[in-house]
Amino acid sequence: MDWLDVVIILVKVVVCFLLLNLLLAVVVWAERKVIADMQSRIGPNRAGPYGLLQSIADGLKLFTKEDIFPLSADRIVYPIAPIISAVPAFLAFTVVPFGNMLSIGHRHITLQIADINVGLLFFLAMGSIAVYGVALAGWSSGSKYPLIGAVRSSAQMISYEIAMGLSVIPVVLYAGTLSTRGIVLAQQHMWFIGAQIPSFLIYLIAGVAECNRAPFDLPEAETELVAGFHTEYSGIKFMLFFMAEYMHIVTISAIAVTLFFGGWMGPHPNFLVPLWGVLWFLGKTAAFVFLFYWVRASFPRLRYDQLMNVGWKFLIPIGMAWIPISAAVHIFDIRRVVLVGAGVIVGIIVLSLVLPTKKPEVLTEEEAKTTA
Amino acid sequence: MALPTIAFWILAAFTAVSTLFTVLTRNVVHSALGLAASLIGAAALFILFGAQFVGLAQILIYVGAVVILFMFGIMLTGTAVRPVVDNDQRPAAALVALAVFLVLAAGIVSSFGTKKVRFQVAFPTVQLGHQLFTTWVLPFEAVSILLLAALVGAIVLARRD
Repeated sequence: MDWLDVVIILVKVVVCFLLLNLLLAVVVWAERKVIADMQSRIGPNRAGPYGLLQSIADGLKLFTKEDIFPLSADRIVYPIAPIISAVPAFLAFTVVPFGNMLSIGHRHITLQIADINVGLLFFLAMGSIAVYGVALAGWSSGSKYPLIGAVRSSAQMISYEIAMGLSVIPVVLYAGTLSTRGIVLAQQHMWFIGAQIPSFLIYLIAGVAECNRAPFDLPEAETELVAGFHTEYSGIKFMLFFMAEYMHIVTISAIAVTLFFGGWMGPHPNFLVPLWGVLWFLGKTAAFVFLFYWVRASFPRLRYDQLMNVGWKFLIPIGMAWIPISAAVHIFDIRRVVLVGAGVIVGIIVLSLVLPTKKPEVLTEEEAKTTA
Repeated sequence: MALPTIAFWILAAFTAVSTLFTVLTRNVVHSALGLAASLIGAAALFILFGAQFVGLAQILIYVGAVVILFMFGIMLTGTAVRPVVDNDQRPAAALVALAVFLVLAAGIVSSFGTKKVRFQVAFPTVQLGHQLFTTWVLPFEAVSILLLAALVGAIVLARRD
């Protein structure tokens, strides 16, 4: 490694960081416009043509706003919680391969900040650190609504992290690598979505929940908790939370594209090949970001017990069951697997009919009093 | 000094300081945060020595699940409202800490001695997986059963009906 390699890495990091910040402004503006359109409103239209500069105006506003420090807030943790929230959100993007190779002279530059051999694990690890930002923000604010929001959020994010971890395992089994670049390269002949629809659906639902987005936005349910974990935050600290949320949306979309939709791959003309890869990647990611808006505009918020049920009683068991099935399909002949699978399903149905079912217990009023 | 050596000392100092902070602070949440920081430092050391998988698994499991459950417990039990706690078990804790230190130190000295440990590039995760599921499959399964037993035990203890 000579000095030019170091320069290349630095340029990649700086350019990606600046472009991502710009992208976030666009993502926020697009969300407001798209949702406004879905609700028959106009949306932001004052700052710049079509309100394009609205995000920048909001950013400037948040920069110059008074930074309120509540009296009961924790001296150390309160200021660093937004940073703990924003940093992993940006770091997670380092393993996203946004293009194939750029060859200048004899030098091959991978269009990815860091191709580490456990890239996918890095993405999951960053997701799990992000929980700290929310939990600490809620606790350190020193008031009740943020605390409740933080407790909800940490429970939710831990639960859905398990589902997300389970959903990526079949993909890793198929690709035979944890490197994100390796996973894209393994999809040369067929995108993994073809064989992995259940995995993809679990990933998508868990992804929306990980971002704390509607319909899983209970940590900041405004009808119950004011603004949830970031109620007490204002100015630039609030902006960091805001950026972290949208950065999570972008990264989760980008990883969905990487895992299931062939990353940068797509048909392209034979000139400027690396550029087409980046364009394909951006286009696919944008489609997923749009899906996030669409889901937010379409579904009502879940109740807390429904949220936990979806995670633990639905996504995790399906994820668990899907791993051995897809492993079997991967290793053995598909027809034999279908036969055995059908046998197992019939067996389970027969068992559930034969075995006595336990009726849900209904407590009488007196019993309820004594147990309480 | 070579770059990895400098990185090693910075990370080692960070880990040691955050571990000290964990035991010295009187605030439970700060303590949990210090523990998370020291675990991240240890994970970074693993990565520095080429064990990327172990390092990231450490972050995923210890930082992302175990310590966050501590935090969750602290918030649910109401200690979060008055988080300053202390008790009279200091001598016992010191004794246990000393014993753990002696065991770990003896283990490290007996397995490495004065041998120099080299910084290396990432160890291929594929090899690790193969080793784990061929040579070491029995210990691996034994650990799984141990964890399952712990899980079942916890449920049995927690449920009173």
